Amino acid sequence: MSLWSRIVNGLRADRLNREIDEEFASHIDEAIEQGREPLEARRAFGSALRQRESSRDARLIVWLDSLRADAVFGWRQLMKRKVTSAAAILSLALAIGACTSAFRIVDALLLRPLPIYAPERLYSCYHTSILLGGNPLTLDGYEYPMFRQMRAAVKDQAELIAVSFASRTDLTYGSDLEMEKGYVQYVSGSMFGSFGLRPALGRLLTEADDLTPGAHPYAVLSYDYWTRRLGGDPKILERTFRMGGNLYEIAGVAPPEFAGVEPGTVTDIFVPTMMNPGVTQLDRSWIRILVHLKPGIAAESVRDRLRPPFQAFRTGMVKRRFAGANKERINKLLSEALMLEPAGAGISRMQRDFHQPLTALSVLVALVLLIACANIANLMTAQAASRTREMALRVSIGAGRWRLLQLMLVESAWLATLASAIGWAFAWWSAPFIVNRINPPINPARLILSVDWRVLGFTAVLTLAVTCLFGLGPALRTSGIKPASALKGGEDPHSRGRLMHALIAVQTAFCFLVLFVSGLFVATFDRLSNQPTGFSAERILTVDAEAKRTNTPVFWEQIAERMRSVPGVEKVALAGWPLLRGDATIGSISVDGRPASAELGYFLDVSPEWFDVMKIGLIAGRDFRQDEKDPGSAIVSEAFAKQFFHGENVIGRYFEKAESRERYQIVGLVHDVRYRDVRGPMLPVAYVPFRWVDASGAPKPKRWATFIVRSAIANPESLAPALRQEVPRSNGAFQVGNIQTQQEINQSHTVRERLLAMLALFFAVVALLLAGVGLYGVLNYSVLQRRKEIGIRVAIGAQPGSIARLITADALSMVFIGAIAGLTIGLISARSITSLVYQVKATDAGVMAFPVAVLLAAVLLAALPAVIHAVRIDPAQMLRSE
Amino acid sequence: MSQTGSLQGSLDLLVLKILSRRPKLHGYAIMTAIRDTSGEVLRVEEGSLYPALHRMEEAGWIRAEWTTKENGRRARMYDLTAAGKKQLALRSRGGTQ
Repeated sequence: MSLWSRIVNGLRADRLNREIDEEFASHIDEAIEQGREPLEARRAFGSALRQRESSRDARLIVWLDSLRADAVFGWRQLMKRKVTSAAAILSLALAIGACTSAFRIVDALLLRPLPIYAPERLYSCYHTSILLGGNPLTLDGYEYPMFRQMRAAVKDQAELIAVSFASRTDLTYGSDLEMEKGYVQYVSGSMFGSFGLRPALGRLLTEADDLTPGAHPYAVLSYDYWTRRLGGDPKILERTFRMGGNLYEIAGVAPPEFAGVEPGTVTDIFVPTMMNPGVTQLDRSWIRILVHLKPGIAAESVRDRLRPPFQAFRTGMVKRRFAGANKERINKLLSEALMLEPAGAGISRMQRDFHQPLTALSVLVALVLLIACANIANLMTAQAASRTREMALRVSIGAGRWRLLQLMLVESAWLATLASAIGWAFAWWSAPFIVNRINPPINPARLILSVDWRVLGFTAVLTLAVTCLFGLGPALRTSGIKPASALKGGEDPHSRGRLMHALIAVQTAFCFLVLFVSGLFVATFDRLSNQPTGFSAERILTVDAEAKRTNTPVFWEQIAERMRSVPGVEKVALAGWPLLRGDATIGSISVDGRPASAELGYFLDVSPEWFDVMKIGLIAGRDFRQDEKDPGSAIVSEAFAKQFFHGENVIGRYFEKAESRERYQIVGLVHDVRYRDVRGPMLPVAYVPFRWVDASGAPKPKRWATFIVRSAIANPESLAPALRQEVPRSNGAFQVGNIQTQQEINQSHTVRERLLAMLALFFAVVALLLAGVGLYGVLNYSVLQRRKEIGIRVAIGAQPGSIARLITADALSMVFIGAIAGLTIGLISARSITSLVYQVKATDAGVMAFPVAVLLAAVLLAALPAVIHAVRIDPAQMLRSE
Repeated sequence: MSQTGSLQGSLDLLVLKILSRRPKLHGYAIMTAIRDTSGEVLRVEEGSLYPALHRMEEAGWIRAEWTTKENGRRARMYDLTAAGKKQLALRSRGGTQ
């Protein structure tokens, strides 16, 4: 009550003053009424001012009142220089906003623990493998039969949970013509229980839903999907949907906070692993294995128990699939060991892909913030200079050092708080903007960007840190003022300049670093996106299709024929999958009965005319004929011929797939293309006929294929609706999946690089702008300070050139020092981002020249106004005004 | 501090005692009453009574309200609160010991 009244009094201090004064006046009045002399009564009362001060102190909280007074004063100071303050606040807001939005994304993707029971005890299995060829990759996809053995091995130490990779899947709540996509994830029935989750509606899956393959058609919807797609329908438990030939009953809705375990993807529908045909397949890696440790169990001991079943299963797999493969490769495969990594913040590919880019961007953003802070520190220093007399006066009438410090810091806090508020609004908009650009449009990223105490706390801490960063230096300097010398105007005028120049050097170093790194990113994106792929993506539409039952190649060819009659379609070919989608089939190659190669060959099944549709040039030999079969003939790429035939003439020669002993005769040689990835060397590819036959020559069925459609019109995506509807109508035995242009597929490989380049470029521009403004401010200030000196110099005949040198010499040497420092840091730090750059070396002359040139231009531009100002100083006028 | 503290303390006690005997007094009346009982405390400045009154008011021992007198002037009248009475009882017991 009393504290409250004191706070309230603090807020209405003027009224309090009046009240106290009135009470004092009534005291004097009373005294006069009692017959005392007015003069005597006033004298006896004592110093009204002092009494009022101590009365006030009794009735309000002193520090709060002084804070209020400082806040009001600080606000007035800001308003006095509206333009400068607005510029300072906006530049800081941009930097703080960028930091906040970077934090929001980093937190949502990498740091925030899953909303589950004991997330710190959740681990995920992975191993580093050469299975897919090329450099060793981190793999975390496993086979279900192995998972079963592993689960049994650690039953009393940990709960093992199988979780499939969330994938966009066709499903329908009505007829087949109303197919839609949903992110479906197959999960162990024990997951919800182990995570301690409670249903928002109905029930969640349990272990009883995960016992017999194909026997548990129950689904749990995510809360997000339930509200977004189904409008939060309370009767949802009565509805069913069809997916992949099964009719699923909706068992319940998951709690709102749980969106699956893959940050970057919001799972729509959870179904039991038993509903996936993969549970009995030995060679399908389709699940992640999560390990939820029981209390007090060490991850290492569980890992050691998981390794024997892992090894046993891998040995079996190698025997089954790689019997004829290269010995060295087999040994390598067998020596790969299972590892565990913490998965308390979830586990997703997006985390792996964006961990480094986000870290790099965060550093850039922090540098931009530091540049902005340096700017404001310089501004404050310059302003403090013009307020020397005011401060000296305050000290002389008894203000303590702490009080002055408070005064200055409150003003800084105003700046920082206003900037944070605007920055917050900026982050509000920019974080989702960036997330929308993380993934290609067909597979958009969805990050839960909640605003909670973590983000609020981050901004609060940032605001405080920023206040201290730019406010403390100038405040300490000002508060340490010596009134006697200051009032005489005898303070060393260069000490301030030294601080400002040091900050210029720091700014330049950071700015250079930002420019340098963003130059690397932009160059990387440029190289990657302009790199020849070896085929033409123009006017190509890829149509993925899935047969309801596996079907013979002839069936697929009939559909392709039907597609050719759709208006606007020029040519149609068939392939196992589109180039660059990321799929691959690999095998060791054996030539002329020699042992299997250590290097792998890559395969793709294509129909005749495929090379023509993709515009891949034939170097020698011929295209496939309609009746050619796999195994039988093959067309190989230049890299293949070079790798396995040492560049000899390959037409008519034979090779074998070492694993299956299938024999191929080479009928054609084609140019290299980008097969799986746009990075790295061209892979040795062997194309095989689309018609697949078994050992006896009978056609083998295929379930999936991709139609490669070349359109006669410029925008192939306009064909999509016709192809999606028209074609299945003529033949209901298959359904159309994703339809993508080849351009989209190509671009999806550079989404990360494009995002990095775009943001880095943006921050580079901001950094440059801030540093330029900073330099301009300092130069301008020094011209103002040295007006007299310049006037005298001009009066005694100094040339404009020497004046310009006088003004800029110090600052430019600082810029030089800063640039050298920035370059050094840049070269050192470039090592930590080698995986983010492609075909660009940090030491390339071009990469180094770019920031140097840009910085030089910016410095000249920033220095120009101050130099012009200095040269134009009229000595007569200047000296007269003194 | 201890000296001002005891000085302050005895002034507080005096005010509490006066208000317990005569409710609703304005500052000038309290001052006269104090001067009547002991000339010592307020010898220096009459005005120094007010910070003390305001402090005690914030502490919740006394309460104040503005009243208009017959001559139309406003005066701030002080009165003892329950907490003030308790405080007085506590202090005078402490004083007798």
